[in-house]
Amino acid sequence: MANSNKEDMTRRKFLREGLWGACLAGAGTAAGLSVARNNRDNTVWQIDPYKCIACGNCATYCVLEHSAVKCVQAYAICGYCDLCTGYLVPEPKALDTGAENELCPTGAIKRAYVEDPYYEYTIDESLCNGCGKCVKGCMAFGNGSLFLQVRHDRCKNCNECAIAAACPSQAYQRVPTDQPYLLKGVDAKE
Amino acid sequence: MTRFACITMFTMALLVPCLGAQGEMRFPPPEFESGYQFPQTTHPPTARSALYEYIDAALLLVALLLASQLILRKRSRRAIFVLMIAALFYFGFWREGCICPIGAIQNVTLTAFDSSYAIPLAAAAFFVIPLVFTLFNGRVFCGAVCPLGAIQDAVLIHPVRVPPWLESGLRLLAYTYLGAAVLFAAIGSAFLICRYDPFVGFFRLSGNWNILTLGASLLVIGLFVGRPYCRFLCPYGVILRQLSRLSKRRVTITPSECIKCRLCEDACPFGAIREPTEDWPEGEFKIAKRRLVLFLVLLPVLIAAGGWAGSSLKERLARVHPRVRTAERVYLEESGQVTGTTNASDAFRTTGQTSETLYQDATEIRNRFATGGALLGAFIGFVAGGKLVALSVRRRRMDYEADPASCFACGRCYKYCPKEHERLKKITGTVAGH
Repeated sequence: MANSNKEDMTRRKFLREGLWGACLAGAGTAAGLSVARNNRDNTVWQIDPYKCIACGNCATYCVLEHSAVKCVQAYAICGYCDLCTGYLVPEPKALDTGAENELCPTGAIKRAYVEDPYYEYTIDESLCNGCGKCVKGCMAFGNGSLFLQVRHDRCKNCNECAIAAACPSQAYQRVPTDQPYLLKGVDAKE
Repeated sequence: MTRFACITMFTMALLVPCLGAQGEMRFPPPEFESGYQFPQTTHPPTARSALYEYIDAALLLVALLLASQLILRKRSRRAIFVLMIAALFYFGFWREGCICPIGAIQNVTLTAFDSSYAIPLAAAAFFVIPLVFTLFNGRVFCGAVCPLGAIQDAVLIHPVRVPPWLESGLRLLAYTYLGAAVLFAAIGSAFLICRYDPFVGFFRLSGNWNILTLGASLLVIGLFVGRPYCRFLCPYGVILRQLSRLSKRRVTITPSECIKCRLCEDACPFGAIREPTEDWPEGEFKIAKRRLVLFLVLLPVLIAAGGWAGSSLKERLARVHPRVRTAERVYLEESGQVTGTTNASDAFRTTGQTSETLYQDATEIRNRFATGGALLGAFIGFVAGGKLVALSVRRRRMDYEADPASCFACGRCYKYCPKEHERLKKITGTVAGH
């Protein structure tokens, strides 16, 4: 036998040792490969607002009881319309803040008069549930200044995002931690 | 601009809905006369610092070192239990079960197959460190550090014996799960292990009902069948099993020598204690030899059959990939077999891609699943065949031993051994066996 210089070295033991070494080398390779690939930043989940179709899955599929996804307003591209299709239900009874006229199911959009005929719309994130109804309305007939984003103070950064798995437009992607938001308009750091 | 003009523009926008593309400025941003300043879109809260990842990896290392010490040197079930509960609270409830080594299998797989994916350092560390520890010390990770193991171990109150044939049979599930998880992660369609993680909902104290129900059922089963997830489902456990067979050091029931008192026989709730073997009875050896030859011949047959079956499942496997699902739906819609659209097909149409591109992508993914499915099937065939071969080989064992593969290193068996009591000086004199 090749290794008969060691008396207690049997064939079985030799195979065992060899296999052991191979496994350790395998684990080492996995570690090395990972370190080599880790030259980029770690990532977090984010929605590409240009892919999002505001289907409403964000509100229901998140593992959190209240979704980590919230609506944000890109003021710079907002039209400040009086008749805001993100704020008002289609064919509203009146152009006012009455609950029956509001599209948002939780009343999370605040409307404030700026100057005639402009109104400012602000999202109250503590009320927003990420359903995207306003986003859909704004995209359909407005400038698309309302859009959904994963809020990283809430997001658990699951290994596989449950909403991403249910997203019909594959709008979810992993983005670098140091640029965790994909914004629209002039705020976009592009 | 008057209110009337605004409404008129809105009506115009209604008339030209094919303007469609997102981000189109239908209404120019107003020029305010009152000196109104645009507020910032958002004050983005930043994500969690990467520093925590290093802390997690360091704590895992410390926990494993401590576990090795407690399991192999101190041999104290109580200390192991305390460490296990501490790990359950930190890696489970505090860190909310993510990242864990089980899920990290997929991150490592994706890294190997997708060059654009950067694996988080914590995921790599969580995958590799327990493997290395297992090669040296056996499954100390399972015994005292894994939060999924800990939550099941903590609820085990009345262990019942699972017959070995059932145990071996059910274990095939874990190998299948591992194979499937690697396959789906490699093709980039899903992280199965994370999607069906039964306990993460408990760790987070929230989650969807199906998964919470699955976790609750496993815990209820776990009252009587020790660690059902670890034994029959855990894909990482499968890897650790095999590595543990090779480990340098491992759990021994007795601290010194086995006196064959049989007191430890029923000590293990996980059925990992193996009895000393007896010699083959006359005549049976020949039958056993014939059976072994049969199984060795059967092994390649099983591998081939598995490969064929896996490959023919490609359509069904590929459907897990969202792109393939969209392609199938779009095909049905375009060929007029269904009416109406889904969110996915709507989303696809807004991208402006042609359906031919989509079909091509789907075909490519299906082809990859044909290869991957064949490999998965062959793997399952190999495991099943290998198990049959292993069962028909009898290894010589002189003492009562913990099976290195199945032993979770929980330390329950130590106190059953009278030699252990002697070591702890709880009894005086020496004990001798039969």
